[in-house]
Amino acid sequence: MRLLRIVPDDTKFDFMRFRRISFPISAIMSILAISLYFFHGLNFGIDFRGGTLLEVRTSSGAADISGMRTALAALNLGEVQLQQFGGPNEVLIRLAEQSGGEAAQQAAVSKVRNALGSGIEYRRVEVVGPRVSGELLSYGVIGLMLAILAILIYLWFRFEWQFALGAMIANVHDLVLTIGFMSVTQIDFDLTSIAALLTILGYSLNDTVVIYDRIREMLRRYKKLPMPDLLNASVNSTLSRSVITHVTVSLALLALLLFGGQAIHSFTATMMFGVVLVGTYTSVFIAAPILIYLGVGTGRDALSSADRDKPTHGR
Amino acid sequence: MLYFTRWKAAAILLTAIIVCLFAIPNFLPEKMVQSWPKWAQRHIVLGLDLQGGSHILLEVDSNAVRKEKLEGLRDDVRRVLRDARAGYTGLVVRGNSVEVRIRDNSNFDQALAKLRELSQPLGGILSSTGQRSLDITTEPGNLVRLTLTDPAIVERVRQSVEQSIQIIERRVNELGTVEPLIQRQGVDRILVQVPGLQDPTRLKELLGKTAKLDFRMVDTAMPAEQALQGRVPPDDEVLYSASQPKTPYLIEKRVLVSGGDLTDAQPGFDQRTSEPIVSFRFNTSGARKFAQVTQENVGKPFAIVLDNEVISAPVIREPILGGSGQISGSFTVESANDLAILLRAGALPAPLTIIEERTVGPGLGQDSIAKGKISSYVGAVMVIVFMMITYGLFGLFANIAVAINVAMIFGVLSLLNATLTLPGIAGIVLTVGIAVDSNVLIYERIREEVRGGRTPINAIDAGFSRALATILDSNITTFIAAAVLFYIGTGPVRGFAVTLGIGIITTVFTAFTLTRLIVAYWVWWRRPQRVPI
Repeated sequence: MRLLRIVPDDTKFDFMRFRRISFPISAIMSILAISLYFFHGLNFGIDFRGGTLLEVRTSSGAADISGMRTALAALNLGEVQLQQFGGPNEVLIRLAEQSGGEAAQQAAVSKVRNALGSGIEYRRVEVVGPRVSGELLSYGVIGLMLAILAILIYLWFRFEWQFALGAMIANVHDLVLTIGFMSVTQIDFDLTSIAALLTILGYSLNDTVVIYDRIREMLRRYKKLPMPDLLNASVNSTLSRSVITHVTVSLALLALLLFGGQAIHSFTATMMFGVVLVGTYTSVFIAAPILIYLGVGTGRDALSSADRDKPTHGR
Repeated sequence: MLYFTRWKAAAILLTAIIVCLFAIPNFLPEKMVQSWPKWAQRHIVLGLDLQGGSHILLEVDSNAVRKEKLEGLRDDVRRVLRDARAGYTGLVVRGNSVEVRIRDNSNFDQALAKLRELSQPLGGILSSTGQRSLDITTEPGNLVRLTLTDPAIVERVRQSVEQSIQIIERRVNELGTVEPLIQRQGVDRILVQVPGLQDPTRLKELLGKTAKLDFRMVDTAMPAEQALQGRVPPDDEVLYSASQPKTPYLIEKRVLVSGGDLTDAQPGFDQRTSEPIVSFRFNTSGARKFAQVTQENVGKPFAIVLDNEVISAPVIREPILGGSGQISGSFTVESANDLAILLRAGALPAPLTIIEERTVGPGLGQDSIAKGKISSYVGAVMVIVFMMITYGLFGLFANIAVAINVAMIFGVLSLLNATLTLPGIAGIVLTVGIAVDSNVLIYERIREEVRGGRTPINAIDAGFSRALATILDSNITTFIAAAVLFYIGTGPVRGFAVTLGIGIITTVFTAFTLTRLIVAYWVWWRRPQRVPI
């Protein structure tokens, strides 16, 4: 049986030349994402904003959403959102945080239960009070920072500082773009989004580290090869692995996206964007070429006496 | 890299098999597993999002604790000064302090010395922190100020949480649910997780009530309405009835007998009216006090007060000497039952507020399990097929390694009695996606080495040794992310961190041992002339 070769052997793409395009593109996209965050904002879920979320299912036929809306509007609970969720008899109800402290949130839920009457199955009820929502948000942000710091220290320890810094720039760029994506799509930003962001961080670093590992190996072996050529050779030789791995991860994510249901839909959609679209691009077009600017490999000529052998890849 | 000693190969296989075996109890009927020894019974716990249930976070009202503590302190000061026969004026609670002015200069020092005895060292007699419960300062004009220290309040809140946990345990156990989890969280919070509950309303009602029961006299000197319009006597307060319409009662502040003196409470029916009632029994000292009070006050009304609401205010017809009685007051069967539960479990030392609630109905849980299963199967099949197409025989090796990997994840989860959530299932599916990455790294490296002109066995050997370093590096970064996620996350998100983290460990294990072992065995068996990848 002939085996599938997605990427042919001995590719010689000149990835480094693209840095003159990829860097400005990434810069513009990042600025765009940051301004989206500030001017368009994220759709904070109840985890971070406080409030109430009820997932209900009517037992007899399709739900009468407009009827429910009128019934709930009469309760004077502030902003009430209703949205079909999954099947025609399933409705997601969101209440904004009630003023009047923790007890007021619980009182609002009882009012909604009374107003909707019988014949309704409460599939999910989440009430997050003002105190908890504030804490969850700061935990989330602190967690992200902590993870970035821990990984930075690990990379610094394992590689040289330029690699650690390069990886960090590349992956903060991933996170910024993903946050931009969340702002455009207005996906619920909640605790699972923080989980998605952390996982994206982990995976795209995973990818970056594989390429950096190869670069480090090449640096030791080919002491006289110009830096762009060396980087090109490294990226090309790991290209097949990058593509195949991303296909398998995408296949797994696709299954989750299609069959995993509403509960993890925004989680997998975010991961799909962050891991598959941005992560791959970043490792190849940002993480590798940025090493040139960070001064990796300069001054090698002085140290080396002679090349042991010529590289098999690259120009 | 391809050479394994016999005992090493055996050790690897044995480890993998044992870890996998721990997963077995999850797939067998519960009855069968129960007859096994305890260590073999470990199994994965389904999270509340899959099993259905309620997660409720309660907070002790620290302000109420502080207020009660200050009022207690004021009463202590009054008692101490009375015992010392020192005249005083202006005994008040102000902010975090109790202030009092000693009237007489002559016995000021003696009174102050007595007051200083109220300040206790914190943390028991063995504590060496030197912190005390009160800061006592004096000001000109014989003013003494006793301030509660912050550690004293924290200590009191901590005690309240401890007591509350015990009382909540008793209340929740009355619901008859399996494996409720009740634990302290932080300084002033209590987490209650009750799986498999249809409707959390009743649970919340049981948790939200302080259940402070008092027996007090009704002041008949004036009607409550008149007291409301004019001045409420200093020893009285106006409380309203629990039932609609809310009627005011003028009740003495002095507590005759409190709920702490109850030994039992049971729901029942009144023999004459067949209305639901709660009958109760006092302990010895409660019974004596109750007997004395009822003897002295025949013909007068007294009030049964629960959480500052009057449940009923019957007139004492005859002295109650037997130490038992009944409470009637427009109960339903269920509310009588709940009140009995609350009285048996005892009163909370301070009110609790629900600050977070997450409830998943059993229907949604079932759906989530089904969706988790389908997406895992579909994801696994797609990855398996893709690997076979790309790497042929070596793809099969990779698939075997991944299958064992997943089995080991289940084994480790069981071993840790870990909780599986829907995001946790997503973590396993993702692990399948990246577990093959380690194989891809190895195989691609072998391809390269073959192209570099090495002999097959040489290439395989070099491929393994070079790829493994990369696998370790790249997985550690993801593991750091998973560890942070575990630390900051709760509930479902933590479930994701757990499966992701365990998945990374098993992935590294299989890449370093099992995959190598399989390939080594194949090389030894077939002596390949070319590498089929």
